[in-house]
Amino acid sequence: MIINVARKELKSVFASPMGWVILSLLMFAFGTQYLNGVNDYFAVMSGAMRPAERTGVTQFVGQSIYGLASFIMLFAVPLLSMRLISEERRSQTLPFLFSAPISLTEIVVGKFLGLVAFLSILIVFIGAMLTTLNIWSDIDFGFLLANSLGLLLMVASFSALGIYFSSLTQQPVIAAILTFIALFALMMLDRFFAGDPANILGSLSLTRHFQSFSNGLIDTADIAYFILFAVTFLTLTVRRLDADRLRG
Amino acid sequence: MNNFTVEAIELTRLYGGREAVSNVSFTLSKGEVLGFLGPNGAGKSTTMKMLTGNLAPSNGSVKICGIDMMENPKEAKALIGYLPEMRPLYKELTVDEYLTMAARLHRVSSKHIKNAVETAKERCGLGHMSKRLIENLSNGYQQRVGIAQAIIHRPMVVILDEPTVGLDPIQIRDIRALIREVGGEHSVIISTHILPEVEMVCDQVQIIDKGKLVFNGSIDVLKRQRIGNKLLVGLHNPPNVAELLKITGVSEAEALSSGLIRVRFEDGATPAEAIVQTAVQHGWGLHQIAPDQTSLEDVFMQLTYQEQAIVQEQAAA
Repeated sequence: MIINVARKELKSVFASPMGWVILSLLMFAFGTQYLNGVNDYFAVMSGAMRPAERTGVTQFVGQSIYGLASFIMLFAVPLLSMRLISEERRSQTLPFLFSAPISLTEIVVGKFLGLVAFLSILIVFIGAMLTTLNIWSDIDFGFLLANSLGLLLMVASFSALGIYFSSLTQQPVIAAILTFIALFALMMLDRFFAGDPANILGSLSLTRHFQSFSNGLIDTADIAYFILFAVTFLTLTVRRLDADRLRG
Repeated sequence: MNNFTVEAIELTRLYGGREAVSNVSFTLSKGEVLGFLGPNGAGKSTTMKMLTGNLAPSNGSVKICGIDMMENPKEAKALIGYLPEMRPLYKELTVDEYLTMAARLHRVSSKHIKNAVETAKERCGLGHMSKRLIENLSNGYQQRVGIAQAIIHRPMVVILDEPTVGLDPIQIRDIRALIREVGGEHSVIISTHILPEVEMVCDQVQIIDKGKLVFNGSIDVLKRQRIGNKLLVGLHNPPNVAELLKITGVSEAEALSSGLIRVRFEDGATPAEAIVQTAVQHGWGLHQIAPDQTSLEDVFMQLTYQEQAIVQEQAAA
């Protein structure tokens, strides 16, 4: 049943040009970054004579692409998540889902998975693009895997937050703006507390938890953080929709 | 085990202290069509939302084929097909895509989906619209998609909120025929404020006013109340009213401004024949005689008015 809701979401993303446009625009951005990364690699490495200055091509190109991806997702996810519930609220299609034999949790998780599935198309493409480096060099697949997992978890957290804000309003644009502000604040939190690394608020930052993944390290503490983050906002969304039913 | 497909028990819904629906109870058996009548804002849609689990009742409970909506919402919802007042259509999809999705969400097994979609389209006259985007369909066809969506999984109970609003007369006739057809095998609840519609398609009628049930019974009771015991008589040379009263069975006669005379008779009496005979004998120039039907509107007004009167009396006492 969750899968059916997810399929429905995917279908409506691809039924409008929105899905295709976002996919192609983002792939264009990542492709350009990839090309620049490879060019820069040769430029930088030809100047780096000592072995200590040399880094692998995977890390050099990968870090720049995944860094850009996590930044671009900050804009892309709110645009995609904004319509998930608010649009249905506005066009009054929610009763269609509410009167079907599926629970609220299944609806919310289905929508969430639909969006994450769409975004993981991008993650797979990025991974495939970087794998092409393997044709002429020997790349570090572990690094690629850690980064992809990190990006996936971060995108999932973004989506969960986006769905929650989407459930609060009837206006998709408001949902997008709120999501963007909240995500931006969570990303920047790290900078505000840069002087005090032990601060609890600083450790709430999404960037900090993405950091270890971007260095190629899979840390269960960070995985737990992202999963908890997503589960919290999905639960809040279910409760918000339940309040509709109770209070109307 | 009783045969009730829908049982509503003392449904009450409060909106911020105001009772939108109060203490509504009724039952519906298999194969019956129930008409839900009421003026705007009477609580029809709210009741329907509660029946379909879209809204939680403040008090009372709903059972679909014996399954409690509160305790087992998934099982209960699987037995219901619902078309809300605002059609829940995803306009960016085609008719086929939308109906396939509806079938899937209503647990139609994957090998039967195609069949179910075809059947639903055929029943709603949508066969040639399969590949069209819902957005581009006319209002009437969109309404049919809405109905197709509600019957696609062959539910035990079909609940349609104002299904004929905004349709042209031919479409209304088609939809009514469809409701009758669906009502043959399943239970149907429709809400409307068009009274003749109720008479045409429903077996049971409920009139709801200000959240309270004011009439609940078979359509025949309502019809009987409607036909009543009055005749309209048209005479070219009308006699004195007293003359008419001499005819056996006639209890009251009253000249109307339109030139016709309204004759009331006693229960059980059939004075029509006697009136015609007398009129011919005396050369009154009879040109018209017909039963004076109270319109359903009048009955409806009476029922809702009675309720008000009672409340006022209670308030005064």
